[in-house]
Amino acid sequence: METLLNDFSIGLFFMQAAILLILIVLMRKFAWKPILDALQTREDGIQNALDAAEKAKLEMQNLTASNEKLLQEARIERDGMMKEAREMKNNMISAAKEEAQVQANAMIEQAQVAIEGEKKAAMAELKNHVASLSLEIAEKVVRQELSNKDKQLVLVDSLLAEAKLN
Amino acid sequence: MVATKSIKFLVVFVLALTSFTAFAQDDAVENNLVDSPDEIREYIAHHLKDSHDFHFFTDNASGTHYGFPLPVIVWTSNGLKTFMSSAFHHDDDGEVIVDKDGAQLLKYHSKIYELENGATALSFDEDNHPTNANRVLDFSITKSVFGMILTGLLMLLGFGALARGYKKGKTIPKGFSRVLEPLVIYVRDEIARPNIGEKKYRKFMGFLLTVFFFIWILNVLGLTPLGFNVTGQIAVTACLAIFTMVIYMFSGTRDFWAHTLWMPGVPYILRPILAVIELVGFVIIKPFSLLVRLFANITAGHFVVMSLMALMITMKAAFGPVASTGMSLVLSIFIMFIELLVAFLQAFIFTMLSSLFIGMAVEEHDAH
Repeated sequence: METLLNDFSIGLFFMQAAILLILIVLMRKFAWKPILDALQTREDGIQNALDAAEKAKLEMQNLTASNEKLLQEARIERDGMMKEAREMKNNMISAAKEEAQVQANAMIEQAQVAIEGEKKAAMAELKNHVASLSLEIAEKVVRQELSNKDKQLVLVDSLLAEAKLN
Repeated sequence: MVATKSIKFLVVFVLALTSFTAFAQDDAVENNLVDSPDEIREYIAHHLKDSHDFHFFTDNASGTHYGFPLPVIVWTSNGLKTFMSSAFHHDDDGEVIVDKDGAQLLKYHSKIYELENGATALSFDEDNHPTNANRVLDFSITKSVFGMILTGLLMLLGFGALARGYKKGKTIPKGFSRVLEPLVIYVRDEIARPNIGEKKYRKFMGFLLTVFFFIWILNVLGLTPLGFNVTGQIAVTACLAIFTMVIYMFSGTRDFWAHTLWMPGVPYILRPILAVIELVGFVIIKPFSLLVRLFANITAGHFVVMSLMALMITMKAAFGPVASTGMSLVLSIFIMFIELLVAFLQAFIFTMLSSLFIGMAVEEHDAH
């Protein structure tokens, strides 16, 4: 203990105190303060970046969810539209068919009417033709009768046969 | 860049010295100079003390000393005197007397004395204490002071470079700063923050970081063959401990003083006794434990390493030169590695306990 006290140098103590004090002041100003500030800034920066990334991730998730929802809605809408279109198509087709049917029926009727007219006209012409033929035959018969009775009869027969053939 | 260059320079310097000192030891053995246990004990005791010149080794054959003198600054009865330590001509036994304007100065066992009026030579009592001379106030740039200034400059260079790196806008340090940055973060996150608390630690970082690196670098310097023993000087560790004490006493909160001087929750009659115990604890015991722990660890480390090195001389007779040298080499290398750990550990413990004590002083208690 006595050696220890004897070795204690007051001068060294003061020199150490002065050096340590100066060193603390200088190091604070030129080293520790800028270093600790820079570290703090960097750590804050990293923390902020991490927070931002977390936030972005959440937002991304929300976005994906809403996208999914939109897509689902669009799909439903598309299905609805397609269904509507199909119905419309069917309706149009059936309406067109009906109309065509009506029109065809009308045309058929018209044609039947026309055919009937034509038939009547043809019948009338045929009747006229038959009448004039009968008249002609009758005239020829009358002329033959006037010359020969037998011949008249033969003629009538042949004419009749002719008429039948006609 | 400056820091890395200076570190490289230091490494080369240290390596060069290692070979020199090894050479010197061989010489000492051959010349049979420091070879008895008494002489070795004296040699170690001399090393453990501070010295006024920077002495690397002595060539015993020619008697030449290798090293350089340091300035001596003393406050004598005639005022402040300064001269180089070479004036003592490497004398440490009080035989060379330097006359500075009437002040008769001499150096005895690494301390400078001033002879009393009329005395011409130092005389001793039976315990070898000088009787006719007085110690002077010695503000010399001793080897320890030189070591502290060197450490301070290294710190300013290294950490200044780290700080400038940030100022240039680089967020990631380059080169040697990349080694220093994690150490700063370590002190902040493992020592200061947990002990002092998130809110108040920032104020004490300047002291804690400075003290941590100061002690660590000085401890490591002490392991180099430069022969520094700065943190093994009790004046140095006492100063460090008193700095800690002053800081925590002056930053004590109202709660701290209330708990120290008038402890709530104990019978009134015990409170004054507790106050005395607490005060003694904070003012004397805690700083004393700090200063003794650092001083004793470093001194013991130097003592053990040097004693193990001396094994090669003391065991030579018993085991022969090869076996004794081998044994000494293996053991001292082993202890050197432990000392390297101790160098860090003591810096860590000092800073840790300082921040713990500061933490106690600035803690704010919740209502009981």
